[in-house]
Amino acid sequence: MSRPGLPDGLVVVVKHECATCEMVAPLLTTFPATVFTQDDPEFPAGVAAVHDADLAVSWHHDIETVPTLLRVVDGIEVERTEGWRRDDWRRITGIADLGADLPVMRPGCGSLSVDPDRVDALRARFDGGVLRSRRIELADAEDDLEVMFQRDLTDGLPVVPPTPERVLRMLTGTTRPADEVVATVAPDLVAVSVEKVAINAVMAGCLPEHLPWVLAAVEAVCTDEFNIHGVLCTTMPVGPVVVANGPGTAAVGLNGSANALGQGVRANMTIGRAVQLVVRNVGGGRPGPGGIDRATHGNPGKLGLCFAEREHDSPFSSLAASRGVPTGRNAVTVFAGEGPRCVVDQKVRTAGDLATVLADALMHVHTPKLAIAFDAMLVLGPEHARVVAEAGWDRDRFLDEIHQRCAKPGRDWLAGAGGIADGMPDFLAEAPSVPKFRPGGLLLVHAGGDAGLFSAVIGGWAGGAMGSEPVTRLVGT
Amino acid sequence: MTRTILDPTAEHRPTERALTPRPDRLDGQVVALLDISKQRGDVFLDRIEQRLAERGVATKRFRKPTFTKPAPVDLRHEIATTCTMMIEALAD
Repeated sequence: MSRPGLPDGLVVVVKHECATCEMVAPLLTTFPATVFTQDDPEFPAGVAAVHDADLAVSWHHDIETVPTLLRVVDGIEVERTEGWRRDDWRRITGIADLGADLPVMRPGCGSLSVDPDRVDALRARFDGGVLRSRRIELADAEDDLEVMFQRDLTDGLPVVPPTPERVLRMLTGTTRPADEVVATVAPDLVAVSVEKVAINAVMAGCLPEHLPWVLAAVEAVCTDEFNIHGVLCTTMPVGPVVVANGPGTAAVGLNGSANALGQGVRANMTIGRAVQLVVRNVGGGRPGPGGIDRATHGNPGKLGLCFAEREHDSPFSSLAASRGVPTGRNAVTVFAGEGPRCVVDQKVRTAGDLATVLADALMHVHTPKLAIAFDAMLVLGPEHARVVAEAGWDRDRFLDEIHQRCAKPGRDWLAGAGGIADGMPDFLAEAPSVPKFRPGGLLLVHAGGDAGLFSAVIGGWAGGAMGSEPVTRLVGT
Repeated sequence: MTRTILDPTAEHRPTERALTPRPDRLDGQVVALLDISKQRGDVFLDRIEQRLAERGVATKRFRKPTFTKPAPVDLRHEIATTCTMMIEALAD
């Protein structure tokens, strides 16, 4: 719909249901102006007002408050004041004694064009042209939620129907144009636009402020390094684990404290889910018959697993900082991980003992008999982190201590050793020490609730160039 | 009220769906007879309806508002959910 122009001269936008508009109404008969009325076409009395019935004028000229007085020259707005500010009205109208009996200032009311009950429909009507996706009409007899299942568009849970109104509202969460390409999504190698990500973010239940985080995570998983195609196809139970860092995590409500890896917080539940819906719906990465996801068991985190690092009282530099993100910036790091498991040591009081028990748990990631095969993410609980802090160990020192403990003689890794058929080839038999993890294959994150001398281990997938590298991306606007 | 959603997929697949395989027998079928509002379509469909009735085959009659536009979504939905086959009278 084309943008209606404004006539030259003075223009006033009012609505009857506004005490300030009623107050200034008598003035509007005293000077020449084009008056647009939003609600009552008979208002103001004695003025031949133009009824902005569909709010097109108000919408396209960003009227947020009524009354608004504008001065237009050659079709271009040159001055504007909102509400009643006597000095502004006198200056713009050029009438030195305008409103002499009125107060100096009185705030206006909200324009109908920004009424929360109307704004989504107005955005769809006037800005809907930016949307390029195919529109699917639903029959009266169809259930909005059931139809998403019938069309095979969900991850198995209900999704929010992505109406144009909701998608346009989601797009207000980013400054990026709707048609900008975000990434190429495997397995179908489809260029995904901001709009398609926004549609899937709506379906996942995201708020507009979550969208930049979803976009960054989509960019991250769609890199050759992360290899979402392989992560999808593998029989192993991994999916993208999204760790959020930066001051924006609190602003959008991302949880890194109690139950950080669990349910109950919208940002955590929906950001990761939106990423998976993009991979599923745009990239074609579906499980089930005929699908490409061949996981033997999968894990519940494949619905979407996203959490914040608990940075405010972490004894360590953040995961993002350790990966080169400048202080104060928001970032996501994606890691191909399985479901988390808990590591308990309630009696540990030294950092060294903690490194020992965590290493013991980490040695069992997937199997205790394969070395340099899998990465892992260690989610250190605050009470465990306190023990490390008391020792004065920083991130690198603590990880180094764990790496040293995640090693055993080559003969102990061999196939058949320890009564376990799986294992490493015989050429390692004489190696004095073989590490469990490749350098950089262990990620450390500080997260969890105040209470509990617990940590969590998230086993990874084939690490590095042979499988998946963790990838960090800055979160944009 | 008609509601609209936006396609969340890559839209690589055609919007048309594959035709349902043609059944071998008419026994047990519910046949939609769709008049697209072209001339004499009703004459053709009346005869088809008569022939099917002689065989004991259930039929339901439907009519598009106009042959120049696709069938309304509600009509398509009703046919799809109440019938197993369709015979459409396409031409004059």
